[in-house]
Amino acid sequence: MECKKSPSIFDNSLSPSYDLMVMLNGSVIEVSNLRKTYKSIAAIDDVSFQVREGEIFGLLGPNGAGKTTTVECLQGLRHRDSGIIKVLGFDPEADASSLKKLIGSQLQESALPDRIKVWEALDLFASTGKIAVDWSALIEQWGLKEKRNAAFGTLSGGQRQRLLIALALVNNPKVVFLDEMTTGLDPAARRVTWDLIKAIRDRGTTVILVTHFMDEAENLCDRIAIMNNGKLAALDTPQNLINIHANQIKVIFSTERTDIDWLKTVPHVHTFSRNGRQVAVEGDGPVLALVASELVKHGIVPLDLRKEQPSLEDVFLKITGRSVVE
Amino acid sequence: MKSLLKLTWVELKLFFREPLTLVFSFALPVVFLLVMGGVFGNKPDTTGMHIYRGVGAVNYYNPAYIALVLASIGIVAMPVHLTAYRERRVLKRFHASSLSVWHIVGSQVLVSFFIAVLGSILLTIVSMLVYHSEAPKMWGYLIPAFILGTLCFTSLGVMLGAILPNTRAAQGVGLMLFFVMMILGGAGPPPEVMGTVMRDVGKATPIWYVIELLQDPWLGFGWQVIASLIVGGITLVATAITVKFFKWD
Ligand SMILES: Nc1ncnc2c1ncn2[C@@H]1O[C@H](COP(=O)(O)OP(=O)(O)OP(=O)(O)O)[C@@H](O)[C@H]1O
Ligand SMILES: [Mg+2]
Repeated sequence: MECKKSPSIFDNSLSPSYDLMVMLNGSVIEVSNLRKTYKSIAAIDDVSFQVREGEIFGLLGPNGAGKTTTVECLQGLRHRDSGIIKVLGFDPEADASSLKKLIGSQLQESALPDRIKVWEALDLFASTGKIAVDWSALIEQWGLKEKRNAAFGTLSGGQRQRLLIALALVNNPKVVFLDEMTTGLDPAARRVTWDLIKAIRDRGTTVILVTHFMDEAENLCDRIAIMNNGKLAALDTPQNLINIHANQIKVIFSTERTDIDWLKTVPHVHTFSRNGRQVAVEGDGPVLALVASELVKHGIVPLDLRKEQPSLEDVFLKITGRSVVE
Repeated sequence: MKSLLKLTWVELKLFFREPLTLVFSFALPVVFLLVMGGVFGNKPDTTGMHIYRGVGAVNYYNPAYIALVLASIGIVAMPVHLTAYRERRVLKRFHASSLSVWHIVGSQVLVSFFIAVLGSILLTIVSMLVYHSEAPKMWGYLIPAFILGTLCFTSLGVMLGAILPNTRAAQGVGLMLFFVMMILGGAGPPPEVMGTVMRDVGKATPIWYVIELLQDPWLGFGWQVIASLIVGGITLVATAITVKFFKWD
């Protein structure tokens, strides 16, 4: 592990166990056997994982899966029932004040005073970090220049969200937690946000990203954890998740013909399903070519025959057994 | 320290951007002073009833309305401010940064002091200009009394902000307490003309003792030991309750 551009990563003010931890296994966050119960609901049920330095770590899962609870436990905002958490070598609850200077946070639900101005908010939160930072670059990057003197209460939803993301970065954090950061952003702002988050990662910041957007997770995350009912259901790189959990290839075409049961007998085809005119065939290997040639033999020549690569969404549906709810 | 000062500065600006609290902290006490001064003038009572402790009404009311300024900051403005912060998860966002409870409370205390000093000076200037009221007599006692009174109402305000569930409750409770204190606590009709029940209710409010604490050195009667103990006690109890019940979300 070499010292990157930002020298403060190995700042001796970090906890002593941190350097050792990073050197031993490259992880900045270690979670083992984390549990959190609300009355009868097990919001987090024995979850363990590690996050490596400088990666974008995605946290996916249906509503109520326990994502927010998990990231808030990691930030010392909620009290865990049991388990061990180390973030940058600190226990988030016992060493809260040391840790909070080093992390950035965008909460799923939070706000600022209605009458605080954009620049005042940045200036205030910049003062909570370890080192003085120049926040004028952030105002520009996050498209808030015209709104510099606007009150928080007068910002649009997307502008507020951008300010809240900028605030998560204003103390130059080593680890930043983003809980549904692009919710409410328009498509262009979403792309810009992705690029900015990648740039932050490239400077050595570790990013924990909770999201419901599959494209966002696929595009940004180095590794993805999928949570379901408080449990960690899968954890891997996006590609590995797809290879392991959604190895089926989908062949799709449209036809009026209904006498297509012979599809099942085509080699490498596993199943097929029909939805109106559209037929979806699932299979593996050379299934596209085989289906295509059989279709021609049966006198069906669809204009829209195509292969669909399995996507993260397929993995999500398979693992959680439901569709993406937004 | 740097973030405490930044937070205090922001909070101060926010205070001045909130019209309602400005009315309660600056305008209302001045209006009352003008009304009471207009009705009773500033000539000491000579009927032998010893109304207004034998001093001119405006001399009497000036320190009493300073207590009212302190009460409006602590009881009207602060609980609403803090419950709104919790409700809208502003507090939670603060908590996620390295701001601690002491930053939050500390900034409120500093803002209170600043507003209290400003409101008191404004009030005193008006009463001096309009009614030629007398300047405070015993500064050495007045200043600690002022500090103690401000701490008392700030701690009560923070406590209400910590225990009241939401902004509506804070508005209701705050305004009710404020008006009861204003009318019965010694900032309304002179205690000498109040019935015993009214006076007993008045004596159950903190403002009664804060007024005594401020009024005596102001008029040259000295230091009110019992009042100072009661005001100090309220401050400690309110702080203890805050520490126990404060929640970030
Ligand atoms: N303060 C709370 N009190 C009681 N139950 C809670 C509380 N916070 C969360 N829960 C419950 O814990 C579970 C996990 O909630 P959490 O907010 O972590 O889910 P999530 O994965 O972030 O969901 P979403 O995608 O909707 O944000 C849910 O069943 C929720 O109802
Ligand atoms: Mg959530």
